[in-house]
Amino acid sequence: GADDTEEKTQTIDPKHIFPPQHTDMPEEMRVETMELCVTACEKFATNNESAAKMIKESMDKKFGSSWHVVIGEGFGFEITHEVKNLLYMFFGGGLAVCVWKCS
Amino acid sequence: MSVSHKVGTMKSKQVSSFVMQDEEEGLDTAEGEEWMQGKTLVKPPDQLDLTEAELNEEITRVLKASNPNAPQNVVRYSFKEGCYKPIVFVDQMAIHFELEGNLVHKESDEGRRLMAKQAEVDDGGGVERPDNVAIKAAKREQKLTNQFNFNERASQTLNNTPRDISCQTEPPPRANFSATANQWEIYDFYVEELQRREKSKEKHEGQFLNKEEDKSKKKMIQAETQNDDISQLAKVVKIIERMVNQNIFDDVAQDFMYFEDASDEFRGEKGTLLPLWTFQYDKAKSLSVTALCWNHKYNDLFAVGLGSHEFTQQGGGMLLFYTLKNPSYPEFIFNTASGVMCLDIHEHLSYLVAVGLYDGCVAVYNLKKKTDQPIYNSRASSGKHTSAVMQVKWQKDDLDSNHNFISVSADGRLVSWTLVKHELVFTEIIKLPVIDTIPDDLKDVIPTVGTSLDFHKQKDYSFLVGTEHGKIHKGSKYYSSKFLEKYDAHFMNVTRVKWNPFHPDVFISCGWDWMVKIWDQTMKSPVFTFELKTSVTDVAWAPYSSTVFAAVTTDGKVHVFDLNINKYEALCQQKVVSKKTKLFNIEFNPVHPIIIVGDDRGHVTSLKLSPNLRKKPKEKKGQDLPKGPEVEIAKMEQLLSSMR
Repeated sequence: GADDTEEKTQTIDPKHIFPPQHTDMPEEMRVETMELCVTACEKFATNNESAAKMIKESMDKKFGSSWHVVIGEGFGFEITHEVKNLLYMFFGGGLAVCVWKCS
Repeated sequence: MSVSHKVGTMKSKQVSSFVMQDEEEGLDTAEGEEWMQGKTLVKPPDQLDLTEAELNEEITRVLKASNPNAPQNVVRYSFKEGCYKPIVFVDQMAIHFELEGNLVHKESDEGRRLMAKQAEVDDGGGVERPDNVAIKAAKREQKLTNQFNFNERASQTLNNTPRDISCQTEPPPRANFSATANQWEIYDFYVEELQRREKSKEKHEGQFLNKEEDKSKKKMIQAETQNDDISQLAKVVKIIERMVNQNIFDDVAQDFMYFEDASDEFRGEKGTLLPLWTFQYDKAKSLSVTALCWNHKYNDLFAVGLGSHEFTQQGGGMLLFYTLKNPSYPEFIFNTASGVMCLDIHEHLSYLVAVGLYDGCVAVYNLKKKTDQPIYNSRASSGKHTSAVMQVKWQKDDLDSNHNFISVSADGRLVSWTLVKHELVFTEIIKLPVIDTIPDDLKDVIPTVGTSLDFHKQKDYSFLVGTEHGKIHKGSKYYSSKFLEKYDAHFMNVTRVKWNPFHPDVFISCGWDWMVKIWDQTMKSPVFTFELKTSVTDVAWAPYSSTVFAAVTTDGKVHVFDLNINKYEALCQQKVVSKKTKLFNIEFNPVHPIIIVGDDRGHVTSLKLSPNLRKKPKEKKGQDLPKGPEVEIAKMEQLLSSMR
């Protein structure tokens, strides 16, 4: 299991652009948000909280108030989000990032 | 001054005189009437009562400009003359009304003081008086208006009445979303993604359409996997079905792989057949197995043809494919209009299956295609057999690399069918010779029923045909008019004829006359003859040894022989099905040591051969026995020579 995922990440990482698992954002917003998430996760590789904070604050500034961000390796969730404001993607073979807007 | 003075005083005099008059005399003067028109005469209580005469007395009044209240005898002391002198000119002005105004000139001290005070109080906001003053001052400073000819005028337009309106926009729509983030979810997703990329790469190589890319991207974006759900589920369900089956038949699977009957050591030469799985299909209950064939590529897949041997009981037919991995349900099911009599799977292209039907049609199925229908069907073509097709065999691709197969049927013809594009093209090869007992004029009408066909393994132009009359004809594809050889094999129907897979000259035949005979093609009489107590319906050589073969009979028994060990008796005679069930077909698996037998109930039973039946020749100490076909041929040759 873990070994496989590590192997997979070695083959996956060079391929930059990965589509998100689930999203209903418009194209531009999605691209921007994904880049932001990747930057944040790379910057705060050890600290999920700081990464989430960075993402949330940038999203609030760019796209309006009340964004929520969850980063982790193992969690289940059920959320209500504003339509066209949800992004759920995986990063680096082991992290899942869920970003949504709801005031 | 004098004019206004007069008017004012006159008026005032008038008023005062009137007031005086009213008080003194009473009403009813000419001026009084005018004044009091419409009013009721009210007598004041202190009115003087005058007599008529007094009332009628005319009194003249004179209006003067002089103030009656002004003093007329004012004297002043004159210091010049040292005496009091009367002043003639007395001020005649009478002030009737006086009002002190409170406007202060803003330039004056007091005005400035007041302005300063108000500025403190109001903090420079727009307040009426000082502001107006200030604005006006500013205006005056800025405008430099013409002092003599400037007129400033302001007016106010109508202001619309203010209204309060409030409204609330609809909130942005919301949706719910839920998912789980786990290591395996992430892994699965990545694997899918890689597969998709590979597929899209293939698409790129084949067709380069931007639209397709976009569509696939969109699908990935809207990845609620709506479309993939069911098809992915099918795959998973298939795997689970197989797992469940494996669990259920776990002991059978274990036996299949590992069980070797230990008691064989004590049995001497004899061996046994261990029953493994039974394959049956509900809808095939009324049909009997007519043909069996193993798939060469997938050693666990075999085809079963279902139909009926009885002339009177002809209905539909089926073609089923079973795999050993799933004994409870067939992998592929094809329904045919009439009973299947024979089938053959192509040696190299294991998805091509040729089927011969009872009504004389041949059909070719492609397992790769998801359709129920055969890809080729000989119904429409004119060359179809007029009677049941008894055997079909695939041949090597012809010069145009078209696939072809040969069929023999009950109408006595051998026909080659070629798959050209979308149809079957037939080529007649040979017609079976009519036996002598039939009178000449009926020779064309009554055909010789061909019942079995087999092609030589190495020289594939050479073939054997067995007939209903018990004869076996050896022919060649190159000779279309004559057969090369004729063997009087049996007294009754020859049910099967098969070349030995190793030895080029040996073949075996079996028939309804209870016999199994082994021939050397160079000799007219059989080398070995075995009598089994009932009609023999099928016989098959073992793929691993040139001396082992098995036969099935109508009493439900399987007979296994190894000529190397025992030339006269079967090593195993075992009843494998319940009573009154006839066995019709037997086939050896090319790889595993199992055989499958088909019976007339539509069931296929798989049996494992015990070690005694699979014996390879003993290794002499110190010598490495060469394995392979040469050994087998040598074995056979040895046997044959001993018999001659």
